[in-house]
Amino acid sequence: MTGAKLTKSSVDSVSVALAGSGGAGVMTAGNMLLEAAAQAGYYGLMTRTSGPQIRGGEAAAMVRVSTFASDSQDDRFHVLAAIDWQNVNRFASEIPLGATSLLIGDPAQGEPPEAFTRSGARYVPLPLKALAKQVSGGWPNMVALGVLGGLVGLPADALERAVQKAMKKGGDALAAGLAAVRLGFAEAAKVEGALRLAAPRSGTGRWLISGNEAAGLGALRGGVRFVAAYPITPATELLEWMSPALTKVGGTLVQAEDELASISMILGASYGGVPALTATSGPGLALMSEALGLGVAAELPIVVVDVMRTGPSTGIATKTEQADLNIAMYGLHGDAPHIVVAPNSVADCLATAQWAVGLAESLQVPAIVLSDQYFGQARAIIDRPEGAPARAPRLVAPPDADGYKRYALTESGISPMAIPGTPGTSYTADGLEHNERGTPSSQPSDHLAQLEKRQRKLDGLDCAEHWATIEGEGDIAVVTWGSCTAPVREAFARARAEGVHARLVSLRLLSPAQPERLKKALEGVKRVLVVEQSFSGQFHRYLRAEYDLPGEVRSLRRPGPLPFRPDEIHQTLAKWSRS
Amino acid sequence: MSTRKAPTKAPAKRKRAAGRARPAAGPYADFMARAYVMEVDAAERYADFADQMDVHNNPEVAELFRKLSRIEALHAKRILEEMGWKQPPHALLTWRWDAPEPPETAAHSEVHYLMQPYHALQLALRNEQRAEKFLARIARAPKTPPAVKRAAAEMAGEEREHVRLIQGWMKRVPKPAKDWDRDPDPPVLGD
Amino acid sequence: MNAPATVAALTAQDFKSDYKPVWCPGCGDYTVLASITRALAALNLRPENVAVVSGIGCSSRIPAYTTCYGFHGVHGRALAAGTGLKVARPDLTVLVAGGDGDGYSIGGNHFLHACRRNVDLTYIVMDNHVYGMTKGQPSPTTEPEWKSKLSPGGTGLREFHPLVIALAAGANFIARGFSGDPSGTATLIAEAVRHPGFSFVEVLSPCVTFRPEQRAWKEAVHPAPVAPTEDPARAARRLMTDDGFNIGVLYKGSRPAFSPAAPKAPLSPSDLEKDFAL
Repeated sequence: MTGAKLTKSSVDSVSVALAGSGGAGVMTAGNMLLEAAAQAGYYGLMTRTSGPQIRGGEAAAMVRVSTFASDSQDDRFHVLAAIDWQNVNRFASEIPLGATSLLIGDPAQGEPPEAFTRSGARYVPLPLKALAKQVSGGWPNMVALGVLGGLVGLPADALERAVQKAMKKGGDALAAGLAAVRLGFAEAAKVEGALRLAAPRSGTGRWLISGNEAAGLGALRGGVRFVAAYPITPATELLEWMSPALTKVGGTLVQAEDELASISMILGASYGGVPALTATSGPGLALMSEALGLGVAAELPIVVVDVMRTGPSTGIATKTEQADLNIAMYGLHGDAPHIVVAPNSVADCLATAQWAVGLAESLQVPAIVLSDQYFGQARAIIDRPEGAPARAPRLVAPPDADGYKRYALTESGISPMAIPGTPGTSYTADGLEHNERGTPSSQPSDHLAQLEKRQRKLDGLDCAEHWATIEGEGDIAVVTWGSCTAPVREAFARARAEGVHARLVSLRLLSPAQPERLKKALEGVKRVLVVEQSFSGQFHRYLRAEYDLPGEVRSLRRPGPLPFRPDEIHQTLAKWSRS
Repeated sequence: MSTRKAPTKAPAKRKRAAGRARPAAGPYADFMARAYVMEVDAAERYADFADQMDVHNNPEVAELFRKLSRIEALHAKRILEEMGWKQPPHALLTWRWDAPEPPETAAHSEVHYLMQPYHALQLALRNEQRAEKFLARIARAPKTPPAVKRAAAEMAGEEREHVRLIQGWMKRVPKPAKDWDRDPDPPVLGD
Repeated sequence: MNAPATVAALTAQDFKSDYKPVWCPGCGDYTVLASITRALAALNLRPENVAVVSGIGCSSRIPAYTTCYGFHGVHGRALAAGTGLKVARPDLTVLVAGGDGDGYSIGGNHFLHACRRNVDLTYIVMDNHVYGMTKGQPSPTTEPEWKSKLSPGGTGLREFHPLVIALAAGANFIARGFSGDPSGTATLIAEAVRHPGFSFVEVLSPCVTFRPEQRAWKEAVHPAPVAPTEDPARAARRLMTDDGFNIGVLYKGSRPAFSPAAPKAPLSPSDLEKDFAL
């Protein structure tokens, strides 16, 4: 994120939420609002929340529109509009309001719940249902869309383009939708005290994409052409996007019978020479432990994307957390060094997935990508994402290599891999410990030699600057990772405005750890704030295990599912720097 | 024609009448190909057994099986030379023997990691006896063409020689003790 | 009879590697190895174009004993690995091999879905009704009365009937062989490889160390009394009354093999970016 102008007032950014239940269509409307923001030239982010029902449950769409790109949610929402209030109070902690916020509701649906009014937000009754009835075939959610669009300050034509794009079938439904939106838009103009967005920066080359889609596209760019996977929330959309996409580029996706099958299938495909990937969440990754170890021992490149969700066990499937770090780093039995990377923005999901494929293929080792539900299911308007730094492809053995040794003790630790179909280099890939030829061996010298080889491969990884995002200067630093990065950034901007300067280090490469690089990145730093979304502080513990942290270290941590908001981090930083 | 037979020589040295043109195809070639496969299969199986005995630390029996393998390989080589074949005939799966294996090949189930040389020779003896029966049946069968009859009869005679040889060997090796297969240690190994 | 071939085709020996198996002498797996190598030679395949995928157990050691490309994976997941390999590399001939524990216990779920998915590969199970490698526990195909340390009074559980389950789950070719008949087994395996879709060959393969009484299998096995059927209902009736010792091809189906869509002119990932570009 570059050159964003963040001011104290929120005219650079407006956050709204739309709630309702029983088929109200809040998600549909929310998506259209985001699309309208995109059409109007803004950046934006949409997240969502819902009750446990499969259909008809209460739901809320949260949309942030801003003149700068950000994956973070703001401190509070400026508007909460509800088509009805059924069970919407369960979202109160996810939709924080303030005294300057607006509560828009249909008086026919009753008063807004105390959970929201206690914030001091101003109630603006709008008869959404009655308004919708003024249009033949009109729906309240479309009226609400118009209201929100108007309140946010989006141009009317952007809203209408978004509606047209969503309702491709056209006809009466489109006409009714447009009419309802216009009605709502007109109503918004009557509302006092709403914030208006500043004009958008001219931004060409923006994308509208979710973190899951970005990871999928990144994997394809990296060369993945085989995926085997088992559906699991919140990774399923990644797979659903990849399935037709893979076919288009000449690859295949197989739905496996479980995660145990998924991981073994991609190992088989990789053995056959085809870069392969699976995507899952915490419970699935736990099942994959054993076979991941096989990948390490037999030196087979694969990528496993873990779209982290709230744990432990079944946890909260639809919500986010950063608590799979332990299992990703340490969840394999034996000493099994492997790659662990984590994107730190929605856009970064593309580059990091692509990088993970490159790392896996060039180092012949499994790579775990720790994304999370927040990124995975958020839809964001972003600048055209960058790709990953290029890496050498898989080192392949030529035919009839004399006395071929699959696991030869090379200097780099990377030994050429024979691809089936190549004459003269047949070998058996094995999870059993083995000698250089791949023959099973119980010799201590072979075990040591192969352990060293597999470690050496990773030690030699040149990750250049890609191992972390480092920004800012100061003697106070925030070390974080993943989806905590964006709120930290926004907090920094606010702190800067007060004369408090800090350095951000957001780790992208978690394994192999880079202690020398972190040491350099924290030169001159006297205070380190570790920010993470883990109750037990998994990241803090990881840092203490693998690195030397300078000066005083504090941990700002919380479990999922609520994301950090910039103000909380800002206040913590400011207070600490003053003390 | 003389009524006395020529003295029997050691089997390895006997050669069939040389110099006669061998037909490239036809029942005689088929028969010789089958005989070749019989010998080669026996040689390979003995070599297999020798490897198993090596791995299981039974060197005496390993050496014995290796010797038997070499002998069978020589028989096979002789057939190639007599027939003037450069390439051995491809062992086709469609060739079905009377039993699951060619007559001169012992089943894998017949070996044991503690087996004694006497057992190995018993196994070899059974092989030769089966081979002799097989060849003798071909020689006797009325439908067998004369050239094949001759060859089969000759080979059957050679097998009978082998039987006698092995029986002689068996007299020279100690008979196994009653507890030859006793192993106080339980099995090991696990993956 | 045909004239002997004079072309230097590969023989079974060309498919055997230099590694000396660690199986107990007398083990049925030796003949299965011989049958596999003989079948591959008869099919005119080349070792570099064949992959043998296995799990964990005595019979799963088999890949390294061939000159083919081998994959010795973790317990129970051989069918999954073989599926991934075959779908990613349809040009290869893929054999999946393992024992009854690996295949029917921990591997049971993958067995069901492999039959159902009908990918063109051949699954060879060396069934000795016991977990050999871990030293003699009952397996899913062990008789209920067989006594062992883990189940001193016998399991009391009805045995798994893999052929019935294979048929119900959708396998396209079902056969049973016996390690005491290597040339017969070789023929079955060759036919299984040739048959499209998921081909399942269960080979009764006695364990000389933990089930020496299985020597009696020699007398128990018999050729299946009827010809193989293409009718699943008839096959079901036969297999439900199968005594566990019928040898031969028992079912030959005609379901088309798993065949994922493949575009004529694949795009590149950058062609997909327009889905996201504003």
